[in-house]
Amino acid sequence: MFPTPIERTPRSWQVTYQAFLPLALILWLLPLIAVAIFSVKPDSDFANANYWGWPSEFKGFSNYWLVFTASDMPQYMLNSFKITIPTVIGAVALSCMTGFALGIYKFKANIWIFFMFVAGNFVPFQILMVPVRDLTLQLGLYNTITGLVLFHVAFQTGFCTLFMRNFIRALPFELIEAARVEGISEWRIFWFVVLPLMKPAIAALSVLMFTFIWNDYFWAIVLTQGVESQPVTAGITSFNAQYRAAYHLMSAGSIVAALPPVAMFFLMQRHFIAGLTLGAVK
Amino acid sequence: MAQASVAQDHQSSWWHRNQQQITPWLFLAPGILFFLFYVIFPIFQSFNLSLYEWDGLGQAEYVGLYNYEELYWDEAFYTSLKNNVIWLLLYLLAIPAGLFIALFLNQTVTGIRLYKSLFFFPFVISQVVVGLVFTWFYDPTFGILNVLLGAVGIPPMNVLGDENWVTVGIIVAGLWPQTAYCMILYLTGLNAVDPEQIEAGRLDGAKGWKMLWYIIVPQLRPATFIAFVVTIIGALRSFDLISVMTNGGPFGASRVLSFYMFEVALSEYGFRMGYGAAIAVVLFLIMLAFIAYFLWSMYKEEKAR
Repeated sequence: MFPTPIERTPRSWQVTYQAFLPLALILWLLPLIAVAIFSVKPDSDFANANYWGWPSEFKGFSNYWLVFTASDMPQYMLNSFKITIPTVIGAVALSCMTGFALGIYKFKANIWIFFMFVAGNFVPFQILMVPVRDLTLQLGLYNTITGLVLFHVAFQTGFCTLFMRNFIRALPFELIEAARVEGISEWRIFWFVVLPLMKPAIAALSVLMFTFIWNDYFWAIVLTQGVESQPVTAGITSFNAQYRAAYHLMSAGSIVAALPPVAMFFLMQRHFIAGLTLGAVK
Repeated sequence: MAQASVAQDHQSSWWHRNQQQITPWLFLAPGILFFLFYVIFPIFQSFNLSLYEWDGLGQAEYVGLYNYEELYWDEAFYTSLKNNVIWLLLYLLAIPAGLFIALFLNQTVTGIRLYKSLFFFPFVISQVVVGLVFTWFYDPTFGILNVLLGAVGIPPMNVLGDENWVTVGIIVAGLWPQTAYCMILYLTGLNAVDPEQIEAGRLDGAKGWKMLWYIIVPQLRPATFIAFVVTIIGALRSFDLISVMTNGGPFGASRVLSFYMFEVALSEYGFRMGYGAAIAVVLFLIMLAFIAYFLWSMYKEEKAR
């Protein structure tokens, strides 16, 4: 292990390290701690220039209550869920299939199709922006949740295919050969042999996709406008325009908006990290 | 009836013989069609569109390379390009910073798992929220940055209103989540470092920096490679933070190509789709260099196995 395990270092260093950990964490998370404190302050603190001090009284409940009752936040949240969940399901389902095809079968175009997905996934959004917006308009899907979902599914299939294909590549191929010898059809091999083995990959990809799509801002402002269809990331910015100096409400709103992916991350942490670090170890 | 069953037999055996050739294409079809439709074709459409003058509604007018010529004389384009280079260079700091934090956290003390996940936190949060918070930090009237600067005797500054500092200020906000990402990559990489090599290094008297540089870092190559890829792509994709924190200002000083393109094509300045597409093509070609390098390394690896 590197650096030297702390148990093997002098006692004084062990104590310093243990003391330093929480200090470093507080420094690192200072921006978030600041928002959290902002969100429980009363309005008057900001008027009296008590920005960075301790809240003069706890107003958390009423701030959050206002976010939920007097703003469009609930609608934006609902939109975000309506966008994120179908996208995750769609992109993961499509990539299970493409990943299976590219990971199991040997055919000439295999690597080129794979590279098409990988390369497409790294493309800058701006090169797609005008044509995709135009296409969505022509399909009559501009400013609809369906329009946004369809694009997200298509685009994320690139990354998901990269992920799934590499995962399937690492499975023991003998299993599939054995199934073939038994005369099991290819479709049933996918459904009954490979898919059950893919559960960890599906879990990893689902949380990862959830976070990515939930946090998307660019496509939200390109393909939608207004409260009926925009997700929470776009909502926060119009919230900002509406309540410019109401820092307590802005903070409460931001925290509410950030909560679902954070909850997702804590619930599925192991999978999340396994997904992100795919390929980081050899 | 007998004939029908023969035909069916024939059919099923044809399927039986060819199913290993056909199945992959059946599985690939939906994914490929979707991807071609929404990702691959639009790239070519943008190339084509960059040769037109178009407001998004009326008739598009063919202008040849005029948009590129205009780009050549456009000051704002060079500001954006320069800022893209600054982003690329400074964003790479996330890699050593991530390694540093990973080394700091690579211990087995009580609660370390919670520390690791809390350090990763910034990455899970939307850049929109990150941008908002940093805007408050930098605020010239009440921002905490000026409080801290005042404490060490430096006069207050308006980071986001200062043409020379604004891009750096935004990049610092971006480095926060990106460092967290690199940290996770390195923490995973450190788990796989060969303990025998470390012991051998210790016996040879390697310690601290020497150990890190000659024994650990080479073994972290896969993690470094991925960190490099995601950081470069992230730097070139930067849009959310700029849009939220400054909207390209002051006077366009914090624009990058991705933001300038959006501004030209989809804002009150113009709806100049063709000109926007030309900017996007330039950004695409820059990114293509990195994508090609990445695919090339993948290809070498595929051939090696």
